[in-house]
Amino acid sequence: MLIDPMDMHVPTEAVQAIERPLVVTQSLLYLDGVSVSFDGFRAINNLSLVIAPGEMRAIIGPNGAGKTTMMDIITGKTKPDTGDVIFDGQIDLTQLDETAIANLGIGRKFQKPTVFESHTVEDNVEMAVKADRTVFGTLFSRHSAEIWKRVDEILGIVRLGDHRRRMAGDLSHGQKQWLEIGMLLAQDPKLLLVDEPAAGMTDVETGATADLLKDIAKTHSVVVVEHDMGFIRELGVKVTCLHEGSVLSEGTLDKVSADERVIEVYLGR
Amino acid sequence: MIARRLFSSDRRIAVTIATLLAAAVIVPVLNLAVPADSVFHMPSYVVALVGKYLCYALLALALDLVWGYCGILSLGHGAFFALGGYAMGMYLMRQIGPRGVYSHPTLPDFMVFLNWKELPFTWWGFSSFPYAMLMVGLVPGILAFVFGWFAFRSRVTGVYLSIITQALTYALMLAFFRNDMGFGGNNGLTDFKDILGFNIQSQTTRAVLFSLSVLALMAGYLVARAIVTSKAGKILIAVRDAEARTRFLGYRVENYKLFVWTVSAVMAGIAGALYVPQVGIINPSEFSPANSIETIVWVAVGGRGTLVGAALGAGVVNFAKSWFTGAFPQGWLFALGGLFVFVTLFLPKGIVGTFTEWWRTRAAKREPPASAAAEQPAQ
Amino acid sequence: MQFVRKLVLAVIVVCASLPSLARADDAGLRATLARVATARNFQETEAVVRDLAATGEPAVERILSALADGNLYIRKSGQGVFIGKEDGQTIALADPVAGAAAGTAAKGDLTKVKVNNALRRTIRDAMGGLTLGSDDPAARLSAAGIMLKRPDIAALPALDAAIARETDAKVKAALAQARAATVLVSDLGEAEKLAAIGVLSNRGDSDALAQLTAFRAASTGVLAETAARSVQHIESSMAAWQVAQNVWYGISLGSVLLLAAIGLAITFGVMGVINMAHGEMVMLGAYTTFVVQQAIRAFAPDLFDWSLAFALPAAFLVAGGVGLAIERGMIRFLYGRPLETLLATWGVSLILQQAVRTIFGPTNQEVGAPSWMAGAFQLGQLTITWSRLWIVLFCLAVFLVLVFVMKRTSWGLRMRAVTQNRRMAASMGIRTPWVDAFTFALGSGIAGIAGVALSQIDNVSPNFGQGYIIDSFMVVVFGGVGNLWGTFIGAMTLGVLNKFLEPYAGAVLGKILVLVLIILFIQKRPRGLFALKGRAVEA
Repeated sequence: MLIDPMDMHVPTEAVQAIERPLVVTQSLLYLDGVSVSFDGFRAINNLSLVIAPGEMRAIIGPNGAGKTTMMDIITGKTKPDTGDVIFDGQIDLTQLDETAIANLGIGRKFQKPTVFESHTVEDNVEMAVKADRTVFGTLFSRHSAEIWKRVDEILGIVRLGDHRRRMAGDLSHGQKQWLEIGMLLAQDPKLLLVDEPAAGMTDVETGATADLLKDIAKTHSVVVVEHDMGFIRELGVKVTCLHEGSVLSEGTLDKVSADERVIEVYLGR
Repeated sequence: MIARRLFSSDRRIAVTIATLLAAAVIVPVLNLAVPADSVFHMPSYVVALVGKYLCYALLALALDLVWGYCGILSLGHGAFFALGGYAMGMYLMRQIGPRGVYSHPTLPDFMVFLNWKELPFTWWGFSSFPYAMLMVGLVPGILAFVFGWFAFRSRVTGVYLSIITQALTYALMLAFFRNDMGFGGNNGLTDFKDILGFNIQSQTTRAVLFSLSVLALMAGYLVARAIVTSKAGKILIAVRDAEARTRFLGYRVENYKLFVWTVSAVMAGIAGALYVPQVGIINPSEFSPANSIETIVWVAVGGRGTLVGAALGAGVVNFAKSWFTGAFPQGWLFALGGLFVFVTLFLPKGIVGTFTEWWRTRAAKREPPASAAAEQPAQ
Repeated sequence: MQFVRKLVLAVIVVCASLPSLARADDAGLRATLARVATARNFQETEAVVRDLAATGEPAVERILSALADGNLYIRKSGQGVFIGKEDGQTIALADPVAGAAAGTAAKGDLTKVKVNNALRRTIRDAMGGLTLGSDDPAARLSAAGIMLKRPDIAALPALDAAIARETDAKVKAALAQARAATVLVSDLGEAEKLAAIGVLSNRGDSDALAQLTAFRAASTGVLAETAARSVQHIESSMAAWQVAQNVWYGISLGSVLLLAAIGLAITFGVMGVINMAHGEMVMLGAYTTFVVQQAIRAFAPDLFDWSLAFALPAAFLVAGGVGLAIERGMIRFLYGRPLETLLATWGVSLILQQAVRTIFGPTNQEVGAPSWMAGAFQLGQLTITWSRLWIVLFCLAVFLVLVFVMKRTSWGLRMRAVTQNRRMAASMGIRTPWVDAFTFALGSGIAGIAGVALSQIDNVSPNFGQGYIIDSFMVVVFGGVGNLWGTFIGAMTLGVLNKFLEPYAGAVLGKILVLVLIILFIQKRPRGLFALKGRAVEA
């Protein structure tokens, strides 16, 4: 409560800059044996996960299963104690910070929709569009028709064209979710990490969001964390169930939801 | 591009510049050319007072740039102001030359008094005006850069940053109070004689300094305005409102902060340099944490994140201070304290912010809202 | 020197063997004393002093000290010698031998017996020897100290006699050390001298060091080597005591820092409220102490030693009450906006300062110390003042009580629950607004209590709190927010660090260095020494 939760920075002294043998893989994202603990609590425990290029994956799991922490690790917000996190076959993400990882092409949507509330909708998207991100680049940047064309496109995709001049803070919860997805698209990442995109949406909006994500998945790799099983079913993709920081079960939704252990974890004995 | 941005058709900027330019010309004329018995004559003490307010306004503008637009609440901006002031003060001390009490050709009086035999290296070059002016910007700029480089890179934010900026200015205050630092200790630097060969006490010099202060304020305003209306300005506001989100968008937040922080420190230093010849003294109490915090209330009263508001707030609060200390010396701290409480509780957007909002709501009834995010104060 | 030696010897022998005889010799003493009136110069007076000391009478001590102080008078009519006490134009007289009052006399009727510095020194040495036979152990102890500093070979038998007779272990040890110093200047054998070196080496202070260094310079062979080793030993032990001294000063400063910061550890550390008026809460506590003491002075002066006991609850209530008012009236509207809270509470601090300045005036107020806080005692080579010791103990007590309240009471549990997850706590039926209010009041009240203690060592003025606020924030931030033990370690570390830097850098530069170190430290660990980790802190 002292500080905006988004400003939080987890101390990095746990990171050991040991020279690791570089694991070269064909996958887009490769997590192997990743563990991290906070004051003795193991949030992620020997987690391994592989996302192929162009794949869309749904991650489910009860509260505290480590879904958000996993995203924190991939995006560089949290450094793992042990394990490898390899992007694009050869880049060691554990050595990079959030900015560098974002610029490699990993976009993230937060659990709680986070947009720049005192900017207009179109400015939000404009800032996200791939362009020179250095201080002096933005300080002396010109009005670029190319960028604004892209902004128009994205506002069309996320159906916020009519709201483009409104302050982002004035949008409804669902609209903010969409705006954030739009900003993600504007970054044109190779991999999108989407945390609970359907939270707080009506059924109609949920359906539309699923369609949008499926659309995006045609050209990008996507990892979706979601609690809403209906939503996951609509996506119709491979599902990974996390529990206590490691993979419990993996496969189609039907296979996973039939898994004894998954039922036990969700329903208790 | 910058020029186009500077002279865009925005009405507020036009009015502000016109007002400042008019003041830069009219005030000296009223002071120098109009006879003293005329009702239009502006007495010299008013020129000196308003000149002081102008320097404060520039300082407030600098603070608004980091606080209002980037969310960095500095409790130590007075340090940059004072460093700029000391750089100017050192030039003015060297200008005294052999006219000091001890008539030493190079050493300032306090060094002779302390039995120093030669000028410490920190004072070398300060007899040259261009060098001194370079230092006015460089010293606060480098300090801010180094401090910010460490602080922003290790992501010290929010109140932690505020508290260490306070520690910074406090440490500098203790240091400058020491005689062996070689900056005049307790008494600071004073008894200035002339600047660039002009008598510092003369009415004309003072009027010129006044006009320079107006121009500096105007230039500061234009630079700040150019920054906040650029795309970089949008990023700064983004950092203020959701720092982590900005990072995940791929922006190097620490570089943006460092840039605006350093620019702001240099502006504060220039304000201090203009302040010193007009008040005739600089001493370590300028570093006191209370001074820096007072600057914050100027910005808060005027409206943070509005630039014009910050400058206006500096004027209004300091005018109130001058009036109070004359009329009810006991009452000023009550009033100042009350102002802090009142503004944070009831006027969080300040005078200009509240007015802008009212104006916009009125305009919104007639036409759809325009994109003017940069004018939006923080919530 | 020869004279002193004889004198001491004589005195000791007399005192040791002939107390009853000496008492009977009243007339002899008077006769000797009468010669003062006829002495023509300082040398003659000195001879009288010598002879007086030789009588070994207890009264001699009184006479000699009166002489040293210039209180010995001769009646101009030649009718005897008196101890006089000046009282305006007249002098109250006392019989020097019996000590009884002997009327008054006008100033003009009397002549003062003149003394110079050489004579005063003679008198002092004579008295040092005299007191070796004193009934008061403290006097014997100081006599032994004098004899250690100025060893005299002639006094050896007297010292031996005194050691044999001594019953007080502490005095006996001191006498043995004095004897050892005397042995070193004597012509006794090597074995004796080696033993003496051992004794002095064990004493281990600067006086022993001086004797040993002098001895080392004057001797050769084994003796010189042994002495050199002892000198080294003493020097290293003195260095160790110096370190201990710095640590003690550091702990003392650390406990002052801790006292000032401990309330802030609650309001800032636990609640996350930036209370810039914290220093003023400390100030209110100090002024409450002042008011309580004024009331006690006016109505019940006998209770003055208890004034701090009355001031503690009063200060807690006053500061806590003001804290409660600030929280209810202002801070509760600003939760979640730390920078605004900072500004508003700064405003409150200005108002409180000015209010106190208006009521009590801008000058320092004198807060008295109860008798049990005055004075000091020795621990090895450390001098420990009672006031510092009480503050350290008090600070520890406050800290432990606070830890107990936070960790072991249901109230503390609620407090922690609210600060960790407000909504959850509220749905468990905890009245979160009241927990907020009382937590803030608790933090403020503790600041008030700190003010009571700090009023004992600092000037109580309206700016009292300003001196502590920056240090307090440094301690809390350094130790790690939200961690009481972190605050404790932070305060002690900063205190000790400050005191170790001071001898090298000076007080001001030391403080600047500490500030710079903290600024650098926060860059390295933005969450302080004992930071909470993980997602919990981000909630």
